[in-house]
Amino acid sequence: MVEKKKTGKAAPKPKKAKAGPAAKPETAAAAPPVAPAAKPTAAAPGVAAASPLDGRPGTGIDTAVMVEHPHAGKINLRGDPADQAFLDAVRDAAGAAPPTDANTVATAGRNEILWLGPDEWLVVTPEGEQGAMETALGAALAGQHVSVVDTTDARTTIRMHGAHARDVLVKGCPLDLHPRAFGPGQCAQTIIAKADVLIHQRDDAPTYDIYVLCSFARYLWDWLVDAAREFS
Amino acid sequence: MFLIECPWCGPRSQTEFHCHGEAHIARPKYPDAVSDAEWADYVFNRSNTKGVIYERWVHNHGCRRWFNVARDTVSDRILAVYRVGGKRPEVTP
Repeated sequence: MVEKKKTGKAAPKPKKAKAGPAAKPETAAAAPPVAPAAKPTAAAPGVAAASPLDGRPGTGIDTAVMVEHPHAGKINLRGDPADQAFLDAVRDAAGAAPPTDANTVATAGRNEILWLGPDEWLVVTPEGEQGAMETALGAALAGQHVSVVDTTDARTTIRMHGAHARDVLVKGCPLDLHPRAFGPGQCAQTIIAKADVLIHQRDDAPTYDIYVLCSFARYLWDWLVDAAREFS
Repeated sequence: MFLIECPWCGPRSQTEFHCHGEAHIARPKYPDAVSDAEWADYVFNRSNTKGVIYERWVHNHGCRRWFNVARDTVSDRILAVYRVGGKRPEVTP
């Protein structure tokens, strides 16, 4: 392409010549604000990973702290839990068998397997390791009637912890989050302020991981910040 | 809050579910062979029962699984929840 331009006759001059000197301050004013520097992921060197929540201010409240964990690997896994070969293959690849108890989480090192349905799970890996996990699962499950899909970029994760974390969530969530009904190691797909989410309680602090679609992330983040204001 | 018992997730808020109409309506096996009246009956006509009705529900904001529900349309009470493909339970309103 560059070659052609050089040799082609009467190539049109760049348009800036027409615009004249008046164009210069205008373009300078229209320049977008400098985006916060995004770090490249291990999965794609040189490509800057960006999150919809980059640079978003948090709650500023010690008892309801919100931090984003944007690029954790998330692999959707489907298969038949009644098939021992399926359970064994997933254990080989991910370190833990997919939990068969509804709404529970299996942990293996830094990997987590969250129950989504009776034949569906979300395998969560550290950032940048989703490709290797997808390959490992694919190899271990070769020949079986399963589905392994990397959905890392579909959702982001909001981690919320502190003494008032539960109080903030229950303002918009119909799920019973009382400790007698929902505790560490449990997960559930539900709604917060009309946004579909997957909630995983990590510990008694309580700490919650809230998985939300990237397209809903700013809305939900801002809603949570607003909901937390009464606890400041 | 109106709670519905998901066969997998347990009791959850009504807002997580969606009703998709009457259950146990079999699609004609050979659509070309049925009359227009029979096809229209399959597509449009429902029992509209006053009393116990069997319905298809989906836990669309939760585990996204379909299941069947026996509901009393007079009291709006859910009398039984059972899995798709299961036999419809005998219930009394």
